[in-house]
Amino acid sequence: MAEADKKAAPTTLIKIEGLYKLFGNNPKKFMPLVHEGKSKDEILAETGHTLGLKDINLTINKGEIFVIMGLSGSGKSTLIRHFNRLIDPTEGVIEVEGTDVMKLGPKELEQFRRHKMSMVFQRFGLLPHKSVVDNVAYGLSIQGVSKAESKAKATEWLATVGLAGYEEQYPAQLSGGQQQRVGLARALCTDAEILLMDEAFSALDPLIRSEMQDQLIELQEKLHKTIIFITHDLDEALRIGDRIAILKDGEMVQQGEPEDILLNPANDYVEAFVRDVNRARALTVETVMKAPASRITADTIEEALKQMKGFKGDYGYHINDEGYQGVLTEETLQAAFDDDKKADLDSLQYEDLDAISQDAVLETVIPETLNAEYSLPVIDEEGQMTGQLSRQTLAEVLGNDDTSEEQKKS
Amino acid sequence: MADASWLSEIPQLSRGNLRDIRKFLDTEYRDFSREYGEMIEGFFDPLLTFLVWFEKLLLATPWWLVIAIIAGLAYLSSRSWKLSLGVVISFFMIGYFGMWDNTMRTMSIILVCTFLAVALGVPIGIAMARSDRVQSVVTPLLDIMQTMPAFVYLIPVVMLLGIGKIPGVIAVIIYAIPPVIRLTNLGIRLVDKDVLEAATAYGASSLQRLMGVQLPLAMPTIMAGINQTIMMALSMVVIASMIGVKGLGQPVLKSITNQYFTLGLLNGLAIVALAIIFDRVSQAYAKRSQRYLEGMDNG
Repeated sequence: MAEADKKAAPTTLIKIEGLYKLFGNNPKKFMPLVHEGKSKDEILAETGHTLGLKDINLTINKGEIFVIMGLSGSGKSTLIRHFNRLIDPTEGVIEVEGTDVMKLGPKELEQFRRHKMSMVFQRFGLLPHKSVVDNVAYGLSIQGVSKAESKAKATEWLATVGLAGYEEQYPAQLSGGQQQRVGLARALCTDAEILLMDEAFSALDPLIRSEMQDQLIELQEKLHKTIIFITHDLDEALRIGDRIAILKDGEMVQQGEPEDILLNPANDYVEAFVRDVNRARALTVETVMKAPASRITADTIEEALKQMKGFKGDYGYHINDEGYQGVLTEETLQAAFDDDKKADLDSLQYEDLDAISQDAVLETVIPETLNAEYSLPVIDEEGQMTGQLSRQTLAEVLGNDDTSEEQKKS
Repeated sequence: MADASWLSEIPQLSRGNLRDIRKFLDTEYRDFSREYGEMIEGFFDPLLTFLVWFEKLLLATPWWLVIAIIAGLAYLSSRSWKLSLGVVISFFMIGYFGMWDNTMRTMSIILVCTFLAVALGVPIGIAMARSDRVQSVVTPLLDIMQTMPAFVYLIPVVMLLGIGKIPGVIAVIIYAIPPVIRLTNLGIRLVDKDVLEAATAYGASSLQRLMGVQLPLAMPTIMAGINQTIMMALSMVVIASMIGVKGLGQPVLKSITNQYFTLGLLNGLAIVALAIIFDRVSQAYAKRSQRYLEGMDNG
C-alpha cells in the first residue's frame, strides 16, 4: 500500500528460489524425502537429518529493510547465513544483483563477502584482541586498504554511531550496547550495499534495544542500504521492517508488509504472534482509517447545506482546492444560511478540531480520537484529506473489551 | 595339543619365534643405521655446527655480560625489578659454586631445543586444529612420545647417530614437544566460533583468519604450551647427559654413581633455578602480551 507509493519501482536486489537446507552427513541422499513432503520430525526420525529450511522463496528489494522473523529453531539464523554462504544450501538458488552466489569460487566468494555484504552478529563477534577502532576497520584491513585510510574511516563511523573517544579501548571494556554499536560501525565501514543483521539487538536490554532501533532507522534514512534483519521479536519486526517474512520450522509462513501481517494473519501461528503485539504502537493512522465521507466541497452556504443534508451525521469536513479546512456542523450552517445564504463558506466558524497526520502512530492519536465528538479528519503531508478516524474504528482495531462501551458513546 | 590349556594360560609365541622376530628387527635396524646413519648425520650437521657455535658463544662471553643480558631480557619481558634481581642473584650463586660452564652448556642446548620444539610444534598443532584426520593420527603419536620411557627411544637414536649433542637434542625434543603441539591445537580449536564466523563473513581468507584471529586468540594457550615445553626440556637434562650431552646433567649422573650427595644437590638446584627463571620470564611475557584480557570479566 503505502510502500508502493513511496518507492515507485522497487528493484530486486536479492532473489532466493526453492532454497532447502538439510543438516546431516548425507543430505543429498535424503532430499527426495523432503520433496515428498515429509515433515521435519518424520525426516529426523527416519534419517537422523534435520530439516533446516524448506522451500524458501523470497525477493528483497533495493533499499528496504527486510525482516525475517521466527522463534528459535525456526531457521532464521540459518537462512541469513545463506545470503553470504556462511552456510551452503542443499538445494536452491541465491541470486544477488543477478549473480548466482552458488557459482562463486572460493576467491570470488571472498571478494563478494568483502564488498557486497557486511554482517552484524547477535553476540557481536568482535575481535577481543583488537582495539575498538581496529575492530571497526577490520573489514577494510581484510580488503588490504592502507592502515591510515581505514583508521580514518573507522574513526568517522565510530563517531557516527556515537562512540567517539572510545577508539583505543578494547571491546571487553565496553557495555553490551556499546559493543553492538562497534559491530554496527564495523558493518557500515566497508560501504557494503547489503547489511545482514542476525538478531543484532536481541542480546541488549529493552531500553538500549529501542535506542539502537531508532539509530538504525535514522541511519537508514541517510544511507539507504538494503538491510536483512533477523529477529524473534515481532514488535521489533513491525517497528523497523518495510517487509516481514515469518518463518516457522524452516518454512515460510507469511510474507508481507507489517500492516498486512498485523491485520491479515495468514494462519493461526501468525495470529498467535500478532495477538500479543501492541497494535497501537505498530500501526499508523493510514492503515486503519476509513475513506473520507461527509466532504463538503461547495463554495456557498446554500450548496453546502444541501450537501450536508445528504450525510448520515450532522457534520461535515470542508474541503477546497487547498485541502482540508475544518469541520462544520449542520447547526452552524443552518444558522448562517438563515442569515445570508449566499455568503462565502470561509467566513464560517469551524469546530475546534485538529486534523491528524496519516503517518502518525495510533498510540499518539488515542487521546485526541477519544476526546473528539466527531471522527477525526486525516490529512497527508500536503494537507489533503485522505480519510477519517472514528473512536469506533480505533476501538475495533485495538480490539479489546471496551469496544461495546465505545460503540455506545458514538 | 588339542587340550584346553589356552583357558588357563595365555597363548604364547614360542621362544624360538620370538627370538627370531627380535633378531630380525634388530639386524634390519642395524643394517639400516649402518647404511643411512652417515647420511642422516650429515643432515643434522648444520644443527650440530650451530649448537657448538652457540655453546662456545655462551662460554666465551664474560660472565657479567651474560648475567646483564639475561637480567635485561627478564626486565623487558616482565617489567619487574624483583624478577631481574632474582636472576642476577641466582646466576651469581651458580657461578660462585663453580657450575657456570655447565649451566651455560645446559642453557644453550635448552634454548635450541625449545626453539626447535616451538618451530616444529606450532605448525603441527595448527595442522591438527585444521583437520580432524591429522588430529586423529598425531594424538596417539603424542601419547606414545609422552609415555614411552625416554631410555627406550634413546636406544635407536644412539644406534643411528651415536653419542653426542644431536641425539641429545632429538631425545629432548621428542620428550618436550607434545605440550606445545597439544596446546596449540587446543587453543585454536577453542577460539570463539562467533569471532571466527565474523571474520569469515567479512571475507577473510583462511590465512587472514589464522594470523589475524586464530593464533592471536589462541596465544594464551599456546604460551602455556611453550612454557610446559621449556620445563620438560629442562627435566630431560639428566637423562640426556647419559648419551653424552654435556651440562648440569653430567655432574648429577656422576653423583648418582658415586653417591656425591652435595654435588648432586647443587647441580639439581642450578637446574631448578634455570627452570624457575625460564618459567617466570616466559609467563610474564605471555601475560603482558595479552593485556586486552584485562577487564574481560566485567564485560
